[in-house]
Amino acid sequence: MSVAKPVNQRAWWLVLPVLVSVAFSALIPLMTVVNYSVQDILSPSQSVFVGWEWYKEVLRDPELHSALVRQLIFSAAVLAIQIPLGIALALSMPREGWRSSLVLVLLAMPLLVPWNVVGTIWQIFARADIGLLGYVLTQMGFDYNYAQDPWDAWITVLVMDVWHWTPLVALLAFAGLRAIPEAYYQAARIDGASRWAVFRHVQLPKLRSVLMIAVLLRLMDSFMIYTEPFVLTGGGPGTATTFLSQYLTQKAVGQFDLGPAAAFSLVYFLIILLLCFVLYNFMKNVGADEQQGRSA
Amino acid sequence: MDLLSWMAWTAPVAIFFACIAAMLIGMTIWELRSPTVPRKGLLPLVTTRGDRLFIGLLLAAYINLAWTGATDLTQWWGAMLGAVGLVCVMRWG
Repeated sequence: MSVAKPVNQRAWWLVLPVLVSVAFSALIPLMTVVNYSVQDILSPSQSVFVGWEWYKEVLRDPELHSALVRQLIFSAAVLAIQIPLGIALALSMPREGWRSSLVLVLLAMPLLVPWNVVGTIWQIFARADIGLLGYVLTQMGFDYNYAQDPWDAWITVLVMDVWHWTPLVALLAFAGLRAIPEAYYQAARIDGASRWAVFRHVQLPKLRSVLMIAVLLRLMDSFMIYTEPFVLTGGGPGTATTFLSQYLTQKAVGQFDLGPAAAFSLVYFLIILLLCFVLYNFMKNVGADEQQGRSA
Repeated sequence: MDLLSWMAWTAPVAIFFACIAAMLIGMTIWELRSPTVPRKGLLPLVTTRGDRLFIGLLLAAYINLAWTGATDLTQWWGAMLGAVGLVCVMRWG
């Protein structure tokens, strides 16, 4: 005879403070943005309901289209470089001892630098006249100038982001690798598995959860990048490195167009939401299908 | 209308959020009365009822944005198309 365990619903009351705090910090501001996106705010006390007008303006804005394309290319490049590089770094790191601690500290250092300082560091570092990187490249015969050449600006922003954020992926992957029990490696050794086979069939499946977090974090962060390119290139030359958030800031703060900026924010939010949802489900299903196939 | 004049709230936005809130409350009651069974329909993933509502709302939002961006016709058609999309995802997704 089985005795049904009584369901205790009192736990919901303990979650209530969090729900209230989320409501005030996220939900109500989001509702306010929705509200502003359908109005023309003339002054703090004067506004006119305009319906979908701002959405129409924003969705047909060629500058927004360009910024979105730039943003998608940038985020794709960030993921394509940082995820494999982070895994490679984690795999090559010493597992134990003082060397491990030293490498962990060194890796964590770029993560401790504030975003505007990262931009300033790279602004000086990449200058052709006084910066080490710019000077060395110029001496090597490269016509490098990130302030004038869009391609150089792109490469510099990308390398700066890789320098700043690859350690996060590496640290997450390293934590995931450390959590794999030694028995898996022993079994692989008994089977005579190659280094690649161990990575492909033991380490990579076990890293799936942390990599999912890493991919989502990097996607969201890279999609919202603002400070570093703003400090380094100011979005230039021209609009070559103007990404979505900088364009949004120009609209909301620079021109004080609250209505279009609010409509833009919501479109921006929906794009991030869709990308994260697709990536999350893709990564979840890819790993799950493989594991199902193995257990069948 | 003091409540709506706060932060320049408008009636259409209030109705929109009331609909979303009603949907969430309705889904909660439905879940309590008959717990969802994950299933695989037309969508290429196993979904619960809540997942399908989320996907349906996202689809409806994108249909409305596409309608706004691509046509000058009244938004009501876009809204109706979005609602049809939501119902289809909930029923067959």
